[in-house]
Amino acid sequence: MNPAAMPLLDQAVLVLAAMALFTAFALLAQTRLTAAIHTFAWQGALVAAVAALTGRASGDAHLYVSALITLALKVVLIPWMLHRLVRRLALERQADPLQHPALTLLAGAGIVVFSDWVAEPVAHFDLSATRNVIAISLAIVLLGMLMMVVRRQAVAQVLGFMAMENGLFLAAVASTHGMPLVVELGVAFDVLVAMVLFGVFFLQIKNSIDSLDIDRLSQLAEPVEDDARGDAP
Amino acid sequence: MIALLLTVFTPLAGMLLLGALRSARVAGWLNLALCALSLAGALGLAADVLAHGAVAGDSFRVDALSVYLVVLTAFVGLTTAIFSRPYMRYVHEEKRVSRGGLRLYHSMYQGFLFTMLLALTTDNLGILWVAVEGATLATVLLVSLYRTPAAIEAAWKYFILCGVGIAQALFGTVALYFAAQHALPDAAADGLSWSALYAVAPQLEPRVMSVAFVFLLVGYGTKVGLVPLHSWLPDAHSEGPTPMSAVLSGLLLNVALYAVVRMKMLTDAALAHSAAPALAGHLLMGFGLVSFLVAAVSLQRRRDIKRLFSYSSIEHMGLMTFGFGVGGPLATFAALLHMLVHALTKSAIFITVGHATHISRSQRIDRIRGLIRTQPAVGWGLLIGVAAIAGFPPFGIFTSEFLLLSATMRAWPWLTIPLMVGLVVAFAGLFRSVQPMVFGAAPPGQYPVRANMLPVILQLALVLLLGIALPGLLAHWLDQATQLITGRHLL
Repeated sequence: MNPAAMPLLDQAVLVLAAMALFTAFALLAQTRLTAAIHTFAWQGALVAAVAALTGRASGDAHLYVSALITLALKVVLIPWMLHRLVRRLALERQADPLQHPALTLLAGAGIVVFSDWVAEPVAHFDLSATRNVIAISLAIVLLGMLMMVVRRQAVAQVLGFMAMENGLFLAAVASTHGMPLVVELGVAFDVLVAMVLFGVFFLQIKNSIDSLDIDRLSQLAEPVEDDARGDAP
Repeated sequence: MIALLLTVFTPLAGMLLLGALRSARVAGWLNLALCALSLAGALGLAADVLAHGAVAGDSFRVDALSVYLVVLTAFVGLTTAIFSRPYMRYVHEEKRVSRGGLRLYHSMYQGFLFTMLLALTTDNLGILWVAVEGATLATVLLVSLYRTPAAIEAAWKYFILCGVGIAQALFGTVALYFAAQHALPDAAADGLSWSALYAVAPQLEPRVMSVAFVFLLVGYGTKVGLVPLHSWLPDAHSEGPTPMSAVLSGLLLNVALYAVVRMKMLTDAALAHSAAPALAGHLLMGFGLVSFLVAAVSLQRRRDIKRLFSYSSIEHMGLMTFGFGVGGPLATFAALLHMLVHALTKSAIFITVGHATHISRSQRIDRIRGLIRTQPAVGWGLLIGVAAIAGFPPFGIFTSEFLLLSATMRAWPWLTIPLMVGLVVAFAGLFRSVQPMVFGAAPPGQYPVRANMLPVILQLALVLLLGIALPGLLAHWLDQATQLITGRHLL
């Protein structure tokens, strides 16, 4: 496929999607929480821009609405809530270095190749631009998942979770010009509630184990199960 | 239509009402009344569907398959509410839950039922996803209700793992919608409507559909508790309040499996003329069998009673998944029957376990001793419940497992061997733990507690009845659902 032969709007969508993929890698490697939250906000902004551009290209008015929802939720509200939590829990200065940075990033690259392979059936419809964006969005979803696996810090895990949502939204916008509005509203509502619950959890975890390091949450591993927990019917 | 609205929206109203209500005493009763109202609606709906066929309209659609699960959900919701009223008050009196926590519990109990019923009655696959995700959100704070470090850890694990899983399901849904846009003339209006998709399923692009199905299976399979994504399930069951364990095992797992079955129907129709027509079935069989065997082995030497029974839930969900994977009328009928009897038995067992842990004031199996001496009703309840869940002959689970085994014998003779071995291993694991709990010497100073065994008796009696003689009405009902899934009648 020759990118120069595509319409300008498609090219712009592709570039923005590629930049969103780049932010996913940045999120994966970013050790400072505050910077990671900013990166996440940028990713949200890029995804919202893709939605708006796709809306412009296809003339779907409801894509503008989705872009606005994303902008409000992923760029403003959630980063703001996370910032507040980070400040409240005094985590601004905390760094959370990766255990094996080279290995993690290699795995990330592997994920991108894998996503490209999974998205291959879409080429059947002869929509080369769409296919690339679907591959990118799947890569963002799986990179978010990887981030949740390799990061031990609760806030970083939440960022991975939210990045997955970004990837899903990108997939919906690129492949199908957005899901029906009811569904999108429902998903946005779920994400919002999830974010509130995450906030509640941070406070609970902080209160009960005095740290947000998820590695400390390992009492339920079977061997020590009994000694740790006494009589809790 | 009125019955449908009554069934689904009573819990929604209940969630808001109970969230605002301050009195804990009234809340327990109100919770019960709302569940009863919802069950009445469900029964009306079932009568309607059985007499006139599927009820559809306004992105709702209730057919024989979903209405049977709607009635089951509303019923188990009611019996668990009967149990939870005194149970939660006791927990509150023990100061393990604050007044606000109790309010949250009642409100979210109704919220959970609402998401379950919405998932079952909606025709829109996007709404189905939203509802199943909503079920996680409604229950996650209940798992951490006791605020112990272990409970918070369990809830965090539940939240993260199910969140990741369900995100895969959303990707699958997007892929499905993508396939729909190339097959449906008006995709924007009904591209996610299950019935519209099912009508054009043979035209859906097979390769996109197989990718979509894999993602949907992994996503909803996490919620079913399929290995290797099952590790949230024992934690969430053991750390949450016991009524929550009962509804999680009895209802949530079923509804997630229902979503998988709906997707399998679409995928089967789309792949019918492709190179791998039985892809969906084979995947289900593989995941089901592995989950079944892993759970059967994990049942050995458990130390926490609620973890023991949550592994048993994984085992049975694996068995049902396997049954739906084998396909064909007999195996599907068996799996549907198994869903019904497992939900009834398992929630009865969890209710009994709730009373047992009150008697011995511990969840540890080696501290629960001599139930039958201390309080015969609880001891017998546990014994009979376990006999039923292990598949002893007069009970319904024996019937469904027997049907499933004979279907397997016909289609995949060699696979009956691991199934038989797994059943024996699971049986041994269950009875080794349960025997001393029921018959062992009661420690001094162990007293009976106030226990309402009515829900347990009712549910176990139903399971017994289903084992001895499947009522004609119900057999016909399940047969209609079988016909819907496989296209053929069994009876």
